[in-house]
Amino acid sequence: MAKDHVSGPEDYESLIEQVLEAYPAKAKKKRAKHLQVSQPDPEATPDPETGHASKCDTTKSNIKSIPGVMTVRGCAYAGSKGVVWGPVKDMIHISHGPVGCGQYSWSQRRNYYIGQTGIDSFVTMQFTTDFQEKDIVFGGDKKLGKMIDELEELFPLSKGTTIQSECPIGLIGDDIEAVARAKNKEHEKTMVPVRCEGFRGVSQSLGHHIANDAVRDWVLDKGDVDYEPGPYDVNIIGDYNIGGDAWSSRILLEEIGLNVVGNWSGDATLAEMERAPKAKLNLIHCYRSMNYICRYMEEKHGVAWMEYNFFGPTQIAASLRAIAAKFDETIQANAETVIAKYQPLVDAINAKYRPRLEGKSVMLYVGGLRPRHVVTAYDDLGMNVVGTGYEFAHGDDYKRTGHYVKDGTLIYDDVTGYELEKFIEGIRPDLVGSGIKEKYPVQKMGIPFRQMHSWDYSGPYHGYDGYAIFARDMDLAINNPVWGLYDAPWKGPEAIAAE
Amino acid sequence: MPQSADKVLDHAPLFREPEYQEMLENKKLKFECGHPDELVKEIGDWSKSWEYREKNLAREAATINPAKACQPLGAVFASAGYEKTMSFVHGSQGCVAYYRSHLSRHFKEPASCVSSSMTEDAAVFGGLINMVDGLANTKALYDPSMIAVSTTCMAEVIGDDLNSFIIQAKEKGSVEADFNVPYAHTPAFVGSHVDGYDNMQKGILSNFWDKAETRVANDSINIIPGFDGFAVGNVRELKRVLAEMGIGDYTILSDVSDVYDTPSDGEFRMYSGGTKIEDIPKALNAKATLSLQQYCTPKTLAYCKDKGQETASFHYPMGVKGTDGFLMKLSELTGKEIPESLRLERGRLIDAMADSQAYLHGKTYAIYGDPDFVYAMAAFILETGGEPRHCLATNGSKAWAKQMQELLDSSPFGKECQVWAGKDLWHMRSFLNTEPVDILIGSSYGKYLERDTGTPLLRLAFPIFDRHHHHRFPTMFYQGTLTVLVKMLDLIFDKLDDDTIDPGKTDYSFDLTR
Repeated sequence: MAKDHVSGPEDYESLIEQVLEAYPAKAKKKRAKHLQVSQPDPEATPDPETGHASKCDTTKSNIKSIPGVMTVRGCAYAGSKGVVWGPVKDMIHISHGPVGCGQYSWSQRRNYYIGQTGIDSFVTMQFTTDFQEKDIVFGGDKKLGKMIDELEELFPLSKGTTIQSECPIGLIGDDIEAVARAKNKEHEKTMVPVRCEGFRGVSQSLGHHIANDAVRDWVLDKGDVDYEPGPYDVNIIGDYNIGGDAWSSRILLEEIGLNVVGNWSGDATLAEMERAPKAKLNLIHCYRSMNYICRYMEEKHGVAWMEYNFFGPTQIAASLRAIAAKFDETIQANAETVIAKYQPLVDAINAKYRPRLEGKSVMLYVGGLRPRHVVTAYDDLGMNVVGTGYEFAHGDDYKRTGHYVKDGTLIYDDVTGYELEKFIEGIRPDLVGSGIKEKYPVQKMGIPFRQMHSWDYSGPYHGYDGYAIFARDMDLAINNPVWGLYDAPWKGPEAIAAE
Repeated sequence: MPQSADKVLDHAPLFREPEYQEMLENKKLKFECGHPDELVKEIGDWSKSWEYREKNLAREAATINPAKACQPLGAVFASAGYEKTMSFVHGSQGCVAYYRSHLSRHFKEPASCVSSSMTEDAAVFGGLINMVDGLANTKALYDPSMIAVSTTCMAEVIGDDLNSFIIQAKEKGSVEADFNVPYAHTPAFVGSHVDGYDNMQKGILSNFWDKAETRVANDSINIIPGFDGFAVGNVRELKRVLAEMGIGDYTILSDVSDVYDTPSDGEFRMYSGGTKIEDIPKALNAKATLSLQQYCTPKTLAYCKDKGQETASFHYPMGVKGTDGFLMKLSELTGKEIPESLRLERGRLIDAMADSQAYLHGKTYAIYGDPDFVYAMAAFILETGGEPRHCLATNGSKAWAKQMQELLDSSPFGKECQVWAGKDLWHMRSFLNTEPVDILIGSSYGKYLERDTGTPLLRLAFPIFDRHHHHRFPTMFYQGTLTVLVKMLDLIFDKLDDDTIDPGKTDYSFDLTR
């Protein structure tokens, strides 16, 4: 296991150079623009919480992946069905096209919800038109319409249906919008056609955007709903309730006196989506996947929005204060009370886990908001994020990242399997946080790992209650005895290297 | 405050704490606008009725909770079983992320595969550039000995021609002219993952065999394992059985046993083991090719037959007769006698079945999975005196249903069984609600049926996401069947204990010895 590794950030530039050497010229030139080491940004004001003002936004992002390099990215369908729409619990989401997309994404994002599955809730089910060759040749609109009729019969309590387009739909010229309109009239239920074919855009990201636009066009713009809003009504936007994240967030917002009208979209109902424009403020957690609809609600309905971060006590407290600042003194006082109430828990968690984690280095590679949002939660545990990157970020995400990471952090956009392996091998961090596809290669290398999309089947990680689980999970990953058993005692590392 | 640092509560207990229960109740009442509880209960009860079952069976367009995946998954699995072979799937990139995740979640292992990352412009102009650049990048970064190309439905719909693309890519120098780039068109809208497996196997064999001028038959045999979630344990068991038989001259075509079971010793092996590339052309000369799973190999076996080989196929050789038939065929083809050691193994399996028969006799089962597995499982259950009642394969054909019926007709224990080809797990929910059984056998997705119908689930079919490491142990041949038998018995005994564990009420039957 004793591999040559770089000693610190001063070597990251040369590590990037080395990694790029493996590429053919054309690919090398392209990939070079996605890799960098964060630099001091003398023009920026340091972030009030972290004190950081780094520059990461020279990294090229949100452009096509290079063929054949093993990108980790998914597709627009994954961004719409898998992320934005899939968690809406009382609607049926049809994976429209061949069987695979719906099959591979079935129950894989851990969007927790309460409901009778198959009766009034449908999140962990796989509905598909299961396209056959004849559907490709003759079109699938009729089958889709018929399927919606059948679902009406079998699932009378569903509040509506979304049509999540897979690749063939856009290629064969189907008119799913016409089907949706007709079925909306016939069944008097919300029908949402989503043009999230997997070949659109360069990653999940366009799927988020398309899904947001579908919410706008087929839910919000379909008319007003009867709901008398109160002065403390807010929405949580971009929390998918993975392992219960939205619940351990909601409890804090309610404790400071706010009403969470809608939670988009973990554990959400259609009604929560419809009522959302009546709220006073949109609180956005995953900026990347749902900023679009917040901007729309601001423009159309006058709902202000703000970003917040419920990972780790420092950011939770800062976020609670910032949220409370948008309301009156009562709420502000409540926020202080809540922060004080949880302080003993935070102190106990830190007392227990920080000594076991202090100084440990972490590399992250995730999507959405986590490559920056969790950095400060690691700081809270005394850990040190030395490299981070996004699957599908845009320039504004990298700009925001500068407030979270210190200078000299390795930044990688749309990293390839090869690059990530070489970076991890070179840096040999104490922990890697990434996805299922990365988990096993990293663990084989003898490096502790946590899935940071699904919380490795744990969670919640949001809020104070989630922070305890987060801290415990990082500890159990790093301090498990298995990592010490890799080398056979009769065969030292030298012997292995010599083979 | 429910959470504490001393005893960190995970999601399950955390959200059962009163603070959260109150919060969730409040959310439901004030914000969710759901249906009244009585109505939900009424519809829930109705969903378990015969009336609902009739409606459910009348479905023509909707597929709900299917037990099948799409072709490219099978192609990626088949390719993985060849030495240093990288799967390259031509089309949209999200698909590849899905195949890799799906395989990793089952095997708890790395699953490497690349995409040609086609986007909107490729949809218009075709994906030739993606193929040209992609092959070059894959070769440079991952140093494979072979790149096996399959397709997503996007590439199929726009009609990209793999043969022509690969030739052009080679002309442009993406890879050397003699570098092996076998391919298979694997449209997701035809068949399922078992067909993708078949197409890729045929693609790989024809890449080598079509070049050969003549076939010089020898006494070797080829064995194709088929798509199998238990392949790690089963292929190793197959090799052991062949060794017991004294058969050394064989080629396993696609051996994933070391690919999806690499050690943790500090090194990530992107490639490990697999069928040696040099053995593929030689396999043309084999006397015969055997397929362990008929429905994974119809085209491949027809191709082998065309090349002059004898062929034979099995339905996932499990159970007594299933294994007997396989061994006798091996013996017939190789001229090797079945050794005493295997007869003793057989005897030990029978011994175990005899010891436990009282607990197995008359037990009723619902089985779902890939066609060959369902066949084998039903056949073994018949041997234990159990009664299969529902046999379902979403990717099962009419021909499969006919074969199943013949099997069931061959035993009095099969007479009450219904065969459901092309049906899905929402159909199965209706079957289990209206005609309940003692045990459900299937994949992890069966846990929803377990929840909804109270039928205990035995996980023996791909994919298994929520239990670990079972794939490391065989389920085929006498030894594997013994493992299956023990799993069945454990489930039965656990259920017996659960049903009798109430102190002072039911525990008079909480027997120590069974």
